[in-house]
Amino acid sequence: MRQPYDGVVLAVPVTVPYVRYSIRSAHWWLTKAFSSLLEKSKLKKEQIDGLTVSSFTLAPDTAIGFTQHIGLSPRWLDHVPLGGASGVVALRRAARALQAGDAEVVACLAGDTNHVDSFRLTLANFSQFARDAVYPYGAGGPNASFAFLTAHYMQRYGAKREDFGKLCVAQRANALRYAHALFRKELTLEEYLLARPIAEPLHLFDCVMPCAGAEAFLVLSEEKAKGLKLPFARLLGTIERHNAFSADPVQLRAGWALDRDELYAQAGHSPRDIDFVQAYDDYPVITLMQLEDLGFCGKGEGPAFVREHDFTCDGDFPLNTSGGQLSAGQAGAAGGFLGMVEAIRQLTGEASGRQVADAKIGLVSGFGMINYDRGLGSGAAILESS
Amino acid sequence: MSEPTSRLKRKNPLLRTRLPTLPPAARSRVALGLTAAAALGRFELQQCRDCGTVQYPPREACQSCLSTKIFWKPQSGEAELLASTVLHHSNDLFFRERLPWRLGLARLACGPTVVTHLHADVQNAPARLRVTARLDRAGQAVLVGLPDKENVNMAEDRQLREFTCDPKHRKVLVTDGKSSLGQALVKALAAAGAELIWVGHAEPWKRFPGFDELQKLPQVTLVPLDVTDSKNVRAAAAEIGAKVDILVSNAEIHRTHGIADRQGVETARAEMDVNYFGLLRLAQEFGPAMRARGADGLASAVAWVNLLSVYALANFPPHGTFSASKAAAQSLAQCLRAEMRPAGVRVVNVFPGPIDDEWNQLLPPPKLAPAALAGAIVSALRQGVEDLYPGDVAQEWLERWRDNPKALEKELST
Repeated sequence: MRQPYDGVVLAVPVTVPYVRYSIRSAHWWLTKAFSSLLEKSKLKKEQIDGLTVSSFTLAPDTAIGFTQHIGLSPRWLDHVPLGGASGVVALRRAARALQAGDAEVVACLAGDTNHVDSFRLTLANFSQFARDAVYPYGAGGPNASFAFLTAHYMQRYGAKREDFGKLCVAQRANALRYAHALFRKELTLEEYLLARPIAEPLHLFDCVMPCAGAEAFLVLSEEKAKGLKLPFARLLGTIERHNAFSADPVQLRAGWALDRDELYAQAGHSPRDIDFVQAYDDYPVITLMQLEDLGFCGKGEGPAFVREHDFTCDGDFPLNTSGGQLSAGQAGAAGGFLGMVEAIRQLTGEASGRQVADAKIGLVSGFGMINYDRGLGSGAAILESS
Repeated sequence: MSEPTSRLKRKNPLLRTRLPTLPPAARSRVALGLTAAAALGRFELQQCRDCGTVQYPPREACQSCLSTKIFWKPQSGEAELLASTVLHHSNDLFFRERLPWRLGLARLACGPTVVTHLHADVQNAPARLRVTARLDRAGQAVLVGLPDKENVNMAEDRQLREFTCDPKHRKVLVTDGKSSLGQALVKALAAAGAELIWVGHAEPWKRFPGFDELQKLPQVTLVPLDVTDSKNVRAAAAEIGAKVDILVSNAEIHRTHGIADRQGVETARAEMDVNYFGLLRLAQEFGPAMRARGADGLASAVAWVNLLSVYALANFPPHGTFSASKAAAQSLAQCLRAEMRPAGVRVVNVFPGPIDDEWNQLLPPPKLAPAALAGAIVSALRQGVEDLYPGDVAQEWLERWRDNPKALEKELST
């Protein structure tokens, strides 16, 4: 059995409000996130001795170059370029550094800018496989890849557009209660169904909107958080896995299915104990895949599960309570932090207006990097309120 | 099922001609193995010599056993369609102008899952299909999923025509109608559905053998064209240059002998004047207009065919100066290819072995019949092939040259 994460807590959830397009660089967004962490925690810069950075648009810099931008001298540093898996993975790295004594307070940052043409350029240069074997096929970027997964999932398990629509509509309702969400207008199922096609069977509201923004949180010991009088959430268990099930001809499952038993065992909880889920939702089919792989229902039972539950903040299965990326916007790598930051808010009672009643245990899931035909990275963490 | 299309409607010439754009062309060096095979009309994927694993996308070592002994091997392309999509949005200009665009995710019988362009006649998943590699308008290989069973009109597919240079519905210039190959080419292009064929003749005051037969073809218009005369080439380009969709540069002078058997440079100069400078004159006069019409609707300017020789790869001393002129022409054709690439106009280089004509009298068979060579050229246009080595001799020379160019040189010099 792996060493438990005893004593590791998360605190100070920070969001730099998103905008559709920004003329600033990723450095600006990450710096804003970092200064917000300091402001909110009342820590001095010198008290932060560990740093993780996740960003697509920071190039040519990585985390180490960024330390000079913010005048920080950490004794522990990690660059976590794992897209949608960044939040969980940054937390895991930071937690172990903390337990080993290599760092005392770790700032985990994720942020990206979005210039008018930067999304296209990110797609064109996303990976060698993408450049060689996906981008030349219509330059649809992840839309085409997820269209395949969605079409195959629908055919195999009988999911309907209405099922994906129900998730999107519920998340939009949640987003209307979250001040930083970019989408401010109610979405009806009819509007969802009538939206223009993007890459069949995906239509407009199945696709995230790229934007600029940043998210951040602190990882520190429970003792330290108490000393600083910072509200916190405990880390009970966490997993990550990369390039799982590579022999599957098309992706219908990811690493969670391999590791979920260990996740629940480490956390000492079962799916029934989870009060809310923050799933990675670049496309709704991935949310269904996570619900199945994380044991909330069996493989292929996602559509039935969706039909049986209410995913709003007041529903019986609160999901993506800040709207998810589909309604808050996808700020690059910050999309991999969105759920983590929202989970900390829910568990520290900061989710005003959308607080899940009696939220004690939350599950955060991450999924990232469509290197070629599937997402490679998956991870999850179970957090508990103090 | 693809429907046969009748004559394509021409664009109103007063309207703006759309400028050519290209699909994304960047590839890693290892991925260019797919392009190298597709240029020859082959579908090859990386296969591990140690464990036999076939892999895609291309990489530097075997993903299974990590051996670096991986080679590009021909594959059948037999596959099952897992899912398909129709793009209605693209971030790329080339595709944005061609939406909607159909793509598939297919599992090859040899193992890998591939993203592929998808022909309209392939049924929705689950369905059988045949995956091939084709050059796209950027000259880079892409995978194209075709229906499992061929059907007569499948070449008419709107997407597939973006990868091929099908003469059907197109206007073609064949620069020399006097040679037996020229006449065979005109007949083959007419049979392939070319809408109009201009046939060059360098000495319009003469009626060469076969002249009457050519004139009987309703598609054919004879035009005075002497590729050694710059003014004449310019005049021809001024008249028809803005309409030519496919140019076949087939005029050539072929004389036997190398250096020692002949006095002076006159014969070699005459060979160069047609085989090398003739191509240069054509390229200078016809190239610019064709480049401008690279995206001019469904019957846009699409291909430039050069009749070279397999002797361009390695000098064949009994035909030494001819070989040199063809080597020069090949080099120039590579330059032309680079310059036509931004327009998406494909330069097809044809490397035949000896053609069965008077100047190859003393060479033993097999020799290429002009009609067979013409058929191979039309087929290459339909397949979108970029380098054509027609016939057994050319294929054998190519294999010998690829295996060991120095060995071929030594073999030819004895």
